[in-house]
Amino acid sequence: MMDLIKIREQFPILNQKINNCDLIYFDNAATSQKPISVIESISDFYKKSNSNIHRGVHSLSRSASEQFELARKTVANYFNIDNEQQLIFTAGCTDSINIVAQGLAKFHLQKEDEIILSTYEHHSNILPWQLWAKENKGVLKIIPLLANQNLDYDSIEKLITHKTKLIAITHVSNTLGLITDIERIISIAKKHQLPILLDGAQSAPHMPVDLKKLDLDFFVCSAHKLYGPTGVGLLYLSQKWLDKLPVSKTGGGIIKSVSFENTEYADGALRFEPGTPNISGVIGFSNAIKFINNIGITTIFEFEKKLVQYAQKKLREMPEIIMYGESDEKAGVISFNVKNHHPFDIGTLLDNYGIAVRTGHHCTQPLMQDLKIQGTVRISFAIYNTIEEINYFIEKLKKVIKMLE
Amino acid sequence: MTIKEIEKEIIEEFEIFGDDWESKYEHIIDLGKSLPLINLNLKTNDRIIKGCQSNVWLNTDLINDKILYTADSDAIITKGMIALMVRVLSNQKAEDIVKADMDFINQIGLKEHLSPTRANGLLSMINEMKKEALKRI
Repeated sequence: MMDLIKIREQFPILNQKINNCDLIYFDNAATSQKPISVIESISDFYKKSNSNIHRGVHSLSRSASEQFELARKTVANYFNIDNEQQLIFTAGCTDSINIVAQGLAKFHLQKEDEIILSTYEHHSNILPWQLWAKENKGVLKIIPLLANQNLDYDSIEKLITHKTKLIAITHVSNTLGLITDIERIISIAKKHQLPILLDGAQSAPHMPVDLKKLDLDFFVCSAHKLYGPTGVGLLYLSQKWLDKLPVSKTGGGIIKSVSFENTEYADGALRFEPGTPNISGVIGFSNAIKFINNIGITTIFEFEKKLVQYAQKKLREMPEIIMYGESDEKAGVISFNVKNHHPFDIGTLLDNYGIAVRTGHHCTQPLMQDLKIQGTVRISFAIYNTIEEINYFIEKLKKVIKMLE
Repeated sequence: MTIKEIEKEIIEEFEIFGDDWESKYEHIIDLGKSLPLINLNLKTNDRIIKGCQSNVWLNTDLINDKILYTADSDAIITKGMIALMVRVLSNQKAEDIVKADMDFINQIGLKEHLSPTRANGLLSMINEMKKEALKRI
């Protein structure tokens, strides 16, 4: 049985008061808070082990390199990746998607080709493709939504033509919390021999992601949403793409040999990691994974599911609340609006009670356009949130609504 | 009244609330109700102030040597904030508007309740009002 109090104690930031009220942090879809083990692993690195990696023969450099590659193995294991060389450390999820987009643009994507996205996509999984499309007369085809905001899976095959070259899709909507049936999408992709990029920014922190089971081409996520530091994320490439994807940024550290005439690139993950990486960030990332493993990602998923179900139940009891993407199978996110009120007003007033929510379009403007709204109030959970916090939030939400009437 | 005199009046109004942010916000929400509303057919895209999470429309006229603002917002608190700005800056000479330091916002303790995002929204409003005044000097 999970000891919630012991878990909360590991997060120093939760002791803060906002406006003399306890901080209730419901903005985990934006970024998660960090346990002391992650914070200390970063400062410890700088105190005891800091050195550049892969380059030196001295002890510190060897130790730092070992820690870095051990971190790669730890993170790879979490996603059930056998060959950790298929896991590349990047500056974050957005960076990872850009690396794939720019690489594919060099050879796989031709003029007038088509890419399939979904209505759920975060701008980070739209703009890199849109940039390619603008420069190459490419076409973005969008999987529409059903009335209950689930993906219209039946419409996907109709979007595919002989010019379709990629499906890029989110695993969990950061605005609605709905979970994509990725197995179903993979079987469609396989049938048509299409590569898939899966955006796991919002799934990796909240549910198990088994990259051995899911036969994918590209998987991306960020560390900062799963209790790790900002500025680091990962790009998983299937073996085929690890060999084939061209690099778009290059520099020191990724070569076997260099001359002005020609350069032989390193094998494996290193080819994609030019320059000095965010070493402390990678170590923090690895410690965040350890933190999650100590509790168990399935335990986290089940716990957060209960929080979502409870919060939805309480919100459903309020007739002035409109909920989007209501479902019992969600990954820690709820979006709602209060009838006749702007989400900005709700969020501003809740903030004064110490309750941190997110308001606006959540970097999913196309989804907002599809729902015909300007924005929502979003609450998103993590392992340290509680039923008591939800009760307090509901109580204050009712007060806030009264203030605005 | 001069800009400084109106600001003084507002500061005194808000002093009554002390640290009670709920009453402060209720007052702001109330103030929004007295905002001189922009004409419906003037609510065009070129009158939207960028940098606010909600929609804020601002119209500026120069009448008898004085700048007159009308505005609206689809968020109630934002409406209150812009009503406050209009109360201070409207019906003043353009040069005085451009020179106004707007320090009263700090003194009524509102800046601390505004996140950087929202403070930018507030600053966006003020900058836009000054820009429009500057055009009409």
